[in-house]
Amino acid sequence: MCLAVPGKIIAIEEIDSLRMAKVSFGGVMKQICLEWVPEAKIGDYVIVHVGFALNIVDEKEAEETLEMISEIEALMNEEEKQNSTSAE
Amino acid sequence: MKYIDEYRDAKAALALIKKIKSTAKKSAVIMEICGGQTHTILKYGIEELLPTNITLVHGPGCPVCVTPLELIDKAITIASFKDVIFTSYGDMLRVPGSKLDLINVKANGGDVRMVYSPLDALKIAEVNKDKKVVFFSVGFETTAPPNAMAVVEAQRRKLDNFSILCAHVLVPPAIEALLSSRESRIQAFLAAGHVCTVMGYSEYIPISKKYNTPIVVTGFEPVDILQGILLAVQQLEESKCEVENQYSRAVRLEGNPNAKKLLTETFDIVDRKWRGIGTIPQSGYRLKEKYSTFDAEKIFNVEYITKEESPLCIAGEVLQGLKKPTDCSAFRTHCKPETPLGAPMVSTEGACAAYYHYHK
Amino acid sequence: MEQNKQYSVNDYSCPLPITDYDKVIMAHGGGGTLSHRLIEKMFLSQFDNELLNLQHDGSVFEIGGERFAFTTDSYVVQPIFFPGGDIGELAVNGTVNDLAMCGAEPIYLSVGFILEEGFPLEDLWRITLSMKRAGERTRIKIITGDTKVVDRGKGDKIFINTSGIGKVYPGIEISPKNSRPGDVIIISGKIAEHGVAIMSAREGLEFETAIQSDTLPLNRLVSAMLKVSNKIHVMRDPTRGGVASTLNEIASSADVGIEIDELAIPISEEVKAACEILGFDPLYVANEGKMIALVEKQDAEKILRIMKNHPDGKDAAIIGKVVSEHRKRVVMKTSIGSMRIVDMISGEQLPRIC
Repeated sequence: MCLAVPGKIIAIEEIDSLRMAKVSFGGVMKQICLEWVPEAKIGDYVIVHVGFALNIVDEKEAEETLEMISEIEALMNEEEKQNSTSAE
Repeated sequence: MKYIDEYRDAKAALALIKKIKSTAKKSAVIMEICGGQTHTILKYGIEELLPTNITLVHGPGCPVCVTPLELIDKAITIASFKDVIFTSYGDMLRVPGSKLDLINVKANGGDVRMVYSPLDALKIAEVNKDKKVVFFSVGFETTAPPNAMAVVEAQRRKLDNFSILCAHVLVPPAIEALLSSRESRIQAFLAAGHVCTVMGYSEYIPISKKYNTPIVVTGFEPVDILQGILLAVQQLEESKCEVENQYSRAVRLEGNPNAKKLLTETFDIVDRKWRGIGTIPQSGYRLKEKYSTFDAEKIFNVEYITKEESPLCIAGEVLQGLKKPTDCSAFRTHCKPETPLGAPMVSTEGACAAYYHYHK
Repeated sequence: MEQNKQYSVNDYSCPLPITDYDKVIMAHGGGGTLSHRLIEKMFLSQFDNELLNLQHDGSVFEIGGERFAFTTDSYVVQPIFFPGGDIGELAVNGTVNDLAMCGAEPIYLSVGFILEEGFPLEDLWRITLSMKRAGERTRIKIITGDTKVVDRGKGDKIFINTSGIGKVYPGIEISPKNSRPGDVIIISGKIAEHGVAIMSAREGLEFETAIQSDTLPLNRLVSAMLKVSNKIHVMRDPTRGGVASTLNEIASSADVGIEIDELAIPISEEVKAACEILGFDPLYVANEGKMIALVEKQDAEKILRIMKNHPDGKDAAIIGKVVSEHRKRVVMKTSIGSMRIVDMISGEQLPRIC
């Protein structure tokens, strides 16, 4: 029901007085309505639900989330190394 | 696929699981209230990877499952009319009403069609001017703006043969209803990420304070869910209760103001019956009076249809997170996807269907 | 037979077998649980014999000391022309493949057409040529056929039935009952292409690189495999219901458990993305030019090498193994390392897919 997928805006045009975009989802192209993200431009990634863009993906935030997770990964690897050396 | 694959990364997932294990000293009961999240949790077997002191509970996060019986009966009545083309998202087609489901109506000659987008339903209305096209407008706040757009567009294009059967439900009132229930043992919530993409998350702040419950806005991939769980667990360990945003790449505090404006212009907030739970005040949308010519309930005169739930299945308790599908005596015996007794077994995001397909 | 006699349910001396719907619904054609139930309770219960009860893609029988395979299939795919093929090519390849899955070299085919009044002859010609080319590629001969026409609105352009006879390779016995724990599971290439190609034609999906149906005859690949090994226990082509349904069928009829690895299953990025958009699980999407083989462990590497060196199997991969635990169930190791059940599909994901 909440199936919303991120896709990249390839082209923007007006169809039937609605602001529409050609969006690529990993190579699958679909016509998506951009009426609620007027600031979206070509190259942006948008979150799409049933043919409508709900928001623009914030690249900076995405990077920060992944960085936070990488830090946890590094921490966990350190702990494991320590545990295995102390076990020896 | 970018912004998806990174959040399915095995190493990241395993690291998060380790961190949850080392952080969680107390027991915690965490509820998620989104069918998409239920689906991911079961598809990736996340529950079995968590430490035993963390319990995940699945709330009424599947709008298909909570659509009341009488609304299904109304849909079936409308779909059975000769000059009607009834359009719907796929999930709704097999939800059992009192006697039939929409698939039966199709098999009996009704014109019932599955669509992926409300814009498809509009196209059908444009091409079939001699028929009345009805769209089954189901969903949480994520789906409400697209469905609202369909009505606004229909008015703009002067389509007088298009209408919607509106069955929208809202998440924050449901969270309040669940937390205020005496039987509630929920200690933290994962809020549905895409609902918040539209609505933002400021509505959750007073709820979190009132019930002293951490709420974490969470995405849908396994890494998102695990990070959401970690943030909830960390809050519980530190006795905090805040609203945090794990899904920050797609959710802003204010949500999408354009989509929200469309909602306030198109819908009134009303009390709604939730299947298996009962009426939750101010928890649904109904078309505003100015759009009454697009309101299928009025057009087809089905407002009178009411139906009480029969206690055949324990969907209510499952939807409230009080029981698991595996606690139900009909689960996997009388109640299976091909012979569902209740909605959570029908919808691909329903808890019972997810358990049936993925749980060992 | 009397014309115009109205048969009533009460005329049957046996009670109508229990069904949950009293009419046929689309899900009965999906290749999943409802399909199987219909076949078991309605047809197998009445046509019952030891050859039919094996429920393989085709039946193997003996005449004059030689073993033959016989199979039939009907094609109702919508649309009839799709990226990568058409209903005619599908009708030939599909039946050739069912024979190949029995370990048989295809020899003869019958073709039955049911045509709707108004169907353009130009389209029929196109389909006929397509079938001719498909026949030439496999060297199967169409030796008998039938043509019927129904009123406009009583058919859907064209339905095709093909039945095939093949000669089983000597010394080869393909049967689920030969499968045992330790067997390796190999798939011949990337999954879900046919289903996505059909959906893209129906939904008007566009792709950067068009996704085509993978329809092709597998007899040449099978012949190459059987030349190097007689330790192939099971062969199946995962059509309706996809890889998941086929593996479940095998696990059930062989009474074994199956374990597969999600990360080992070959799938193209675009097909994966398309399934994501359409909300489909690729494991349940139809394939028309792929096969699954359960082979004895000692021959697995050898067979895989032959497949990968063959044009029809270049993306072949080992995806799992047969185990003695969780009999009749298929379990998958997910991309994050947890284990989950891969169930049989209950209804149908994509109607009229083949």
